[in-house]
Amino acid sequence: MSHLLLIAFDGADAIQGARFAQALDLPFDIIQLTGEAVTDLGARRVLTFGLPSLPPADFLAHALKDLVNESTHIAAVSAMRSKDVLPRLAGLLDAPMVTDVLKIVSKDTFVRPMLAGSVLATVQVSGSPILMTVRPAGFPEAVRSGSSEVVHTKPQFAGTTRRVSASAKQGGRPDLSQAGVVVSGGRPLKDADTFERLIGGLADHLGGAAGATRAAVDSGIASNELQVGQTGKVVAPNLYLACGISGSTQHMAGIKDSKVIVAINTDGDAPIFEIADLGLVMDLYEAIPQLMEKMPKA
Amino acid sequence: MKVLVPIKRVPDPYAKVKPLADGSGLDLSGIKFDINPFDEIAVEEAVRMKERDASVSIVAVSIGGAETEEQLRKALAMGADEAILIETTDALDPRAIAAELAALVNDLQPDVVLMGKQATDEDNNQVGQRLAAKLGWPQATFASKVSPAEGNVTVERETDDGGETLLLKTPCLITTDLRLNEPRYIALPGIIKARSKPLSKRERATSLEPQVKTLNLEAPPARAGGRKVGSVDELVDALKEMGVIA
Ligand SMILES: Cc1cc2nc3c(=O)[nH]c(=O)nc-3n(C[C@H](O)[C@H](O)[C@H](O)COP(=O)(O)OP(=O)(O)OC[C@H]3O[C@@H](n4cnc5c(N)ncnc54)[C@H](O)[C@@H]3O)c2cc1C
Ligand SMILES: Nc1ncnc2c1ncn2[C@@H]1O[C@H](COP(=O)(O)O)[C@@H](O)[C@H]1O
Repeated sequence: MSHLLLIAFDGADAIQGARFAQALDLPFDIIQLTGEAVTDLGARRVLTFGLPSLPPADFLAHALKDLVNESTHIAAVSAMRSKDVLPRLAGLLDAPMVTDVLKIVSKDTFVRPMLAGSVLATVQVSGSPILMTVRPAGFPEAVRSGSSEVVHTKPQFAGTTRRVSASAKQGGRPDLSQAGVVVSGGRPLKDADTFERLIGGLADHLGGAAGATRAAVDSGIASNELQVGQTGKVVAPNLYLACGISGSTQHMAGIKDSKVIVAINTDGDAPIFEIADLGLVMDLYEAIPQLMEKMPKA
Repeated sequence: MKVLVPIKRVPDPYAKVKPLADGSGLDLSGIKFDINPFDEIAVEEAVRMKERDASVSIVAVSIGGAETEEQLRKALAMGADEAILIETTDALDPRAIAAELAALVNDLQPDVVLMGKQATDEDNNQVGQRLAAKLGWPQATFASKVSPAEGNVTVERETDDGGETLLLKTPCLITTDLRLNEPRYIALPGIIKARSKPLSKRERATSLEPQVKTLNLEAPPARAGGRKVGSVDELVDALKEMGVIA
């Protein structure tokens, strides 16, 4: 019997992952590693680990390995945390894995991006279980109904990595990969203060998240976890506002799932205008203060 | 300390690579190839380790066709001591690559495997974690700072919402993020010196067939091109019309 195991890092992650789980249309269980169990996603069971925080990948993969025996499919939402653990679990299980599933063709055939999203590959998998990281944006929102059985599970951890310290991001902005509005800035934001004042300011005004290009991150204008693109985060907001961003292939790889893309750039020929729904050729230093005045406050 | 750096030959990340019209592969005519940028960062980091501690030796390895020698020579020019080409034209998936690298690790017994977090051609982001699992080694993915000491390595790594510092006992595996370092420009003496450094060839030691097979490649649907607006007022009106803002 085919069966999916959805690995969710927290409740919000379970809700995102359930989009894929419901679309795959197999009976499924959820392992929810942290937080209060979400029980109305259509899973047969929700196994909760009830962890206060996540242990390092070697511990986690070891514990998960013992819980996947009847699954033919194992999925988690694409993120750095899942990309850390799932391939390790695939290695322990000596099983095939597909990264960043965008679309389901059949139970063993999926579409995924390559080359910074400039090519879509249809891949067919033999062997079982099939592990996957999935991008939820391409699947309909999860139907919320029913009530899954909750099973409190005590994971058997084993590993040697020691976490010496951890730092979480500051500020109360929504999570980039889940935000409804993302305001991003690129190289022309002079410094961290200017970025925070303009990009952060407009993001707060709109109740959204702030994002950045690699150029902005590399030059110390924005912090690491704000990078959007091939090697950063993938976002899928209703509104993506790109300010002073040229539109490299690597950056666009992270924003293509946005509903509406707005670009503000002084160079009317910048590649970002080729994919933007609305383009404004204007200096961002003039445009952003005006936007803060004229866009309704969230 | 011995550091093994697996590298992959990939199309220049700034080149626009398109699928062939029949979807059977990529149109690589006229495309230049290079070391996967993340692997170049791994080589650079290993070389910096060697510059700080002369007892470090660096072996670069790649699994690929004869043409991959070019990328291994570049790794040697950057400062690797020795290169190994596992020469094959077989189609391989990350599982098969990890198995092949595991066999090499068992043979060479490095203290640290330092490699890219993802290859920019297929963007799989799997081989390092798989290899660490196969070896039973601790791993630190997405490293932004690597500090080796006696018997262990401290790694600062990037996470979804910030960063963390991990302490790994050696042997261990580390994958690099872009912010770890900026690879050096290779000067002529390095290139000349690289010609006399050892580059050996081996056959595959394992025989796994790929379990993930590509059926078709296509260009993504183009986003319907939008329009330009003339002012912030026009922009705000358009967003209202589209129902994006109230
Ligand atoms: C392996 C690899 C992975 C990468 N991964 C990523 C990734 O994940 N994410 C990412 O973003 N990049 C990534 N990059 C980098 C990418 O190739 C680009 O270099 C980067 O996205 C460019 O950032 P930018 O648009 O801010 O800067 P630029 O390309 O310099 O563009 C700045 C733009 O701002 C405009 N401008 C200047 N002044 C103003 C002003 N006052 N007002 C309005 N507009 C103005 C200019 O016209 C220009 O178009 C990667 C590169 C490699 C090789
Ligand atoms: N053919 C290969 N030969 C050597 N190393 C490889 C090969 N393919 C992948 N790697 C290594 O594995 C890393 C991750 O690749 P991937 O999981 O394919 O995205 C790369 O950055 C390389 O260090």
